[in-house]
Amino acid sequence: MEIEKKVGQQSIRFVKPIGITSSASVVGSTEGAGPLADTFDWIIEDLLFGEQSWEKAECKMLRESAKLALRKVNLQEKDIDYFLAGDLLNQIISANYAARGIAIPFFGLFGACSTFVEAMLLASILIDGGFARRVLLVSSSHHNTAERQYRFPTEQGVQRPPSAQWTVTGSGALLLEESGNGPRVTMGTVGKVIDLGMTDANDMGSAMAPAAADTLVNHFQDTGTNPDSYDLILTGDLGAVGKDTLIKLLQQRGYRLGENYQDCGMLIFDLEKQDVHSGGSGCGCAAVVFSGDILRQLWEKKYRKILFLATGALMSPTSAQQGETIPGIAHAVVVEFN
Amino acid sequence: MAQSQGQGNLQQRKMQQELQQEYKQLVKNVKPRPPVLKNTILAFLVGGAICLIGQLILWFLKKEGLGDHEASEATAAIMVFLGALLTGLGIYDVIGKYGGAGSMVPITGFANSIVAPAMEFKREGFVFGVGARLFTVAGPVLVYGFLVSAVIGLIYYLIR
Repeated sequence: MEIEKKVGQQSIRFVKPIGITSSASVVGSTEGAGPLADTFDWIIEDLLFGEQSWEKAECKMLRESAKLALRKVNLQEKDIDYFLAGDLLNQIISANYAARGIAIPFFGLFGACSTFVEAMLLASILIDGGFARRVLLVSSSHHNTAERQYRFPTEQGVQRPPSAQWTVTGSGALLLEESGNGPRVTMGTVGKVIDLGMTDANDMGSAMAPAAADTLVNHFQDTGTNPDSYDLILTGDLGAVGKDTLIKLLQQRGYRLGENYQDCGMLIFDLEKQDVHSGGSGCGCAAVVFSGDILRQLWEKKYRKILFLATGALMSPTSAQQGETIPGIAHAVVVEFN
Repeated sequence: MAQSQGQGNLQQRKMQQELQQEYKQLVKNVKPRPPVLKNTILAFLVGGAICLIGQLILWFLKKEGLGDHEASEATAAIMVFLGALLTGLGIYDVIGKYGGAGSMVPITGFANSIVAPAMEFKREGFVFGVGARLFTVAGPVLVYGFLVSAVIGLIYYLIR
């Protein structure tokens, strides 16, 4: 059988037009005080979101962002073929519990902070394969749920090193459907798990940068493009340290990332004024930056072709305590608007 | 065949190790160093301030007529209470952010390390939450503190 949609080693090209027809973002107060504040749909001042626990608050954020994305285009749950969602918590409880209240066939995903682009890739594959007309996808993170699962209790007085990142409280949703209007997902590159032996849980950026470099280089080779082919190359949450590392890694491979390279983790906060060290991180980081600011700039035709790449650090508190290294992954999609 | 495959694996492992070493070096150059001097000065000031408060309380209690032993015990209790209170009010984590070791080492830091998980894990109930997780941070300190004191006691008994 001939595989007509696969390009090169790791990339795919979609044949059908896969449009991004709706989006929604819900964020916490720290994100709402950042430079992208006016691009979010909903800023919650109370990190508990009226719930009894941080976990319930994250779950509600995820659910509300999914529902908001549907409401914006007057669609009902029965109009959607699949719901793809993921988050950072053990057994992806935010996504699973939110899906209780959403009557759409559901796939739960875990790709750590790469989940959003992983979901975009899978949603596009489902649509292009003729298995779905419309797919709703969401990914979320919450600063306090991540902190208590991966690090310390939230009230613990600890000092964080400058390479540490601040987990974004936020949930971003997209609706993808077969449509010629609006920004379209045209290509994708599925990443491999890469581990170069990093162990510092306070430095996710350097753990994930090699995976990002691998996916980028494979994408350029598979599709015959280079960094200048894109108006914007956007990584999910490498932060300041990871961004610099990625630039160096690509230099070694003969590619120059210039002014058109940005990182969501650095866009979402004001690194000078907000106390977030190396920048934002978490499944919600890339999700809310893309579904807010980046989509808006695509609609305004400031960008016509972007390469959006989300990276994930695939560790758990158990693996970290047992001295395991941190594997990374990066998935990429190309979004165009002509 | 099996041998050549084994050699291939060995070579692959070696290459991977070299790659990792190279990458470690690259990261070392990129990664910002923690501001050690600033952290040290802040730790000295914050830790010193906490100890000064403790000393003032101790002097006050002695002046009010408590004996040496009672006064130092009461001071410790008061400092633990203050650490717990400030944790509950959401202030101690801010002090900790700037104070670092200076706010972690004194007895108030010990109170913080117990009250913070107690608050955090209350939602998992009083048995599996607070009860089981209370000493997640302070536990190792207690365990090895007791262990070392027992060993020292034993040594003291033997050489006395």
